[in-house]
Amino acid sequence: MDIERERGITIKSQAVRMPWESDGKTYALNMIDTPGHVDFTYEVSRSLAACEGAVLLVDAAQGIEAQTLANLYLAMENDLQIIPVLNKIDLPAAQPEKYAEELANLIGGNPEDCLRVSGKTGIGVDELLDKIVATVPHPIGDPNAPARAMIFDSVYDSYRGVITYVRMIDGNLSPREKIQMMSTRAVHELLEIGVSSPEPEPTKGLGVGEVGYLITGVKDVRQSKVGDTITNQGKPATEALKGYKEPLPMVYSGIYPIDGSDYPVLREALDKLKLSDAALVYEPETSVALGFGFRCGFLGLLHLEIITERLEREFGLDLIATAPSVVYEVTMDDGKEITVTNPSEFPGGKIKQVLEPMVKATILLPKDYTGTVMELCQTRRGTMIDMQYLGEDRVQLRYTLPLAEIVFDFFDQLKSKTAGYASLDYEETGLEKGDLVKVDLLLQGEQVDAFSAIVHKDKAYAYGVMITGKLRELIPRQQFEVPIQAAIGARIIARESIRAMRKDVLAKCYGGDISRKRKLLEKQKEGKKRMKMVGRVEVPQEAFIAALSSDSEKKGEKKGK
Amino acid sequence: MAGPLPIGDPAPADGKLAPSVKIGSETRTLHAYVHIPFCKVRCGYCDFNTYTASELEGAKQSDYADILISEINFSRSVLESSGIPSRKLSTVFFGGGTPTQLPAADLVRILQSLKTSFEFEVNAEVTTEANPDTVEYEYLLELKAGGFNRISFGMQSAIPEVLATLERTHNPQNLPVVVAAAKAAGLKTSVDLIYGAPAETIQQWQASLEAAIALEPDHISAYSLIVEEGTKLARQIKSGELPEPDEDLQADKYELADELLKNAGFVWYEVSNWAKQVDGSESINSSAHNISYWNSQDWWGYGPGAHSHVGGTRWWNVKHPTTYAAKLASKVSPAAGRETLSDKTRLEERILLEIRVSKGLPIELAKLVNHEAANLIAGFIADGLVDPRAAIGGVLKLTLKGRLLADSLVRQLLSD
Repeated sequence: MDIERERGITIKSQAVRMPWESDGKTYALNMIDTPGHVDFTYEVSRSLAACEGAVLLVDAAQGIEAQTLANLYLAMENDLQIIPVLNKIDLPAAQPEKYAEELANLIGGNPEDCLRVSGKTGIGVDELLDKIVATVPHPIGDPNAPARAMIFDSVYDSYRGVITYVRMIDGNLSPREKIQMMSTRAVHELLEIGVSSPEPEPTKGLGVGEVGYLITGVKDVRQSKVGDTITNQGKPATEALKGYKEPLPMVYSGIYPIDGSDYPVLREALDKLKLSDAALVYEPETSVALGFGFRCGFLGLLHLEIITERLEREFGLDLIATAPSVVYEVTMDDGKEITVTNPSEFPGGKIKQVLEPMVKATILLPKDYTGTVMELCQTRRGTMIDMQYLGEDRVQLRYTLPLAEIVFDFFDQLKSKTAGYASLDYEETGLEKGDLVKVDLLLQGEQVDAFSAIVHKDKAYAYGVMITGKLRELIPRQQFEVPIQAAIGARIIARESIRAMRKDVLAKCYGGDISRKRKLLEKQKEGKKRMKMVGRVEVPQEAFIAALSSDSEKKGEKKGK
Repeated sequence: MAGPLPIGDPAPADGKLAPSVKIGSETRTLHAYVHIPFCKVRCGYCDFNTYTASELEGAKQSDYADILISEINFSRSVLESSGIPSRKLSTVFFGGGTPTQLPAADLVRILQSLKTSFEFEVNAEVTTEANPDTVEYEYLLELKAGGFNRISFGMQSAIPEVLATLERTHNPQNLPVVVAAAKAAGLKTSVDLIYGAPAETIQQWQASLEAAIALEPDHISAYSLIVEEGTKLARQIKSGELPEPDEDLQADKYELADELLKNAGFVWYEVSNWAKQVDGSESINSSAHNISYWNSQDWWGYGPGAHSHVGGTRWWNVKHPTTYAAKLASKVSPAAGRETLSDKTRLEERILLEIRVSKGLPIELAKLVNHEAANLIAGFIADGLVDPRAAIGGVLKLTLKGRLLADSLVRQLLSD
């Protein structure tokens, strides 16, 4: 994906098989490149489940990141043989000694055991491959048992349909065989089977320990579910392999086309992305301010960002996303339970309790910033778990935080407060009771759904002041005064008003001005069509968009009031 | 004649008009606008079609009267060949530029040509604009003797600093002298004021208004400064050299103007125009020529860049005096483009123009273009923008607050 190259990150796992000669013997190494980011932990975990060993690649110029720890932990949980490696040692800023020390502290052993390589120049790569051969155990499996293959990825290709990536555990699979999905019992014919080296290369089949791909002509990735076990219909296995936990969306956001007529294009685009990204969920939604769109669920903020960027780029859409929201479990006094993924659906009436998702966050940072970061976590309702020194000048902070507090600009804040040095990783730790209220935004008494927010009671006022102030700057003056209010239920907590516009008239309208004036009016009439009406208030779509983009409060063009 | 020329259809070389322009011509009056595109210097805010002497090559000021007269002759033959029954001119208006850059004899000669070609109605209003620095009593006498009866001075402001911002070179102290001279010569007088120049205070504006009132003219126009794209003023504002005009302050200044002028006996009759009552009469000294624009009458605009309107056809001449002169010399229409308005467009124009005047807009016109008009107007009344009593009587008349929002109201009335 272009987006991976540009950002220098991995979003989708990539499997590859390569031959390697060591001690005069030829080995076939099957490797999977996994993403590192927390949003894609599920990708990592299922890749790890398909492996015997893990190469822990650490950037020799940046050192260990919070996500490194998360992935290392996952690998150790899977009992994998870990090979620590420092990459990019060719960079002038590389500090292999320092980070080797850190790595050794983390996983035990000597700093010297840490291999130093450069993917760019090739230094140390041979040693690494030799070490893999020497230390990673051979796959264990029964070649004569009924076939069992674990699906660790499944992607949609517009020419070939679904391509399923598997790791053979037991037995073997050959072309033209009938295969069966153990969870759904669905049967498909194997049209093609092969390995990636790294281009797909058809083979006569896959045997124990091998990693490869299958094509069955199926068009929907949901038919080839990641974590499922594939067996041979003619000689089926009785027991499926242990699957993976299905990823659940953690963050929801409304996604709307800026041009309302793009709605069908957006729907089609989401349908297509869903084919290769089972974690993406969405359903249609309408908004007063933004028109028709979709409520989409994501694994995290990066996932959200990447999906919206792919939608815009690959499908030529102009989109606006509402502020991300987490999933709340609301229990009413009468015992009724409601799951809220969209703040505007937060129920009124008597609420017994609201549960919000919590996360355990791990933050790595240079020690000089410890105070600043602790303060940030404090303001985000964080509770410190512990603090550890990772080396002389690096600190690991662990906090329990409400997920809602980190989905909105926490990462940006963290980066800007630490000159970009801090890294963050988090894992969900379940639900906790929160003292939460819904703040609504009213424009001349009419609720504008896109700006409803669920916030902690103590932060409601600040949110109200922020959002009313922002909209006051962005909504053009009308011919009457427009009150902008933030309210909790019927109680107004913040108020601003847009003063009535007083002058909108061309001073001179004589003979030669008339054509020009009329043409100007015609143009303005066109512009009016792109206005959203909230009651009697005309709001340009751009104003809503600007209010929803988090950076608009920083600078942006302010209209004179 | 501000701004670039509109985009329209090509105009035929013979200037011939479609037969449809005849329809209803007996109910419309005929008017002439004469554009004199010369100025001593160009003002910083001006985007009009004007040229300083140094900017012009090929169309000399001394030949200009003859060139214009050739368009007058051309216009007579076009109107005749279009089959419109001949009408006398109701008003003539010389604008610019600075018409008084030309010798009085030239202006009179042009006027005579119009009179010979079309004849004038009894009491036809004949106005020229003038720069307070370029006229003297003898000059004014010559105009009066030649048929002019009204003069409009570009005063703009009484404050030297404000005039400097506008790059007006005239001396404000000349105004009492020239206005008195014009009155002595027997001319009706008008002065133009501009408010809202960058950095102008409300006190300065009040002083300008009071100075204009003290001149006791028959008519005062007060325009809010429009920062036109492409002018030096626009560049100065963009670069931050001058502050951007504040629309609220502009509104305050407009309201102040209305109040002071009303107190001094001036009656408001169009967004930017006020006139004194004619002694011993109900009528006011409004500009009959300008009213003809707002009532969609027929007029021919002479000179480079001038716009014309006859029976739903609008056209505009080429902008540059040299090209303009060359076209006429080869007996070709100097029009650069034209547009033929549909019935709907003519109706929309009526709405946008008639809403601006004190007489008001017949509500039935608004209802023809917008079936929601009644609801909209009810909203305007609720917001204090429209006079409720007149509306009940079927006429949309703007209140003081409404005048300042006229364009916004028009946009709402015209959106379907």
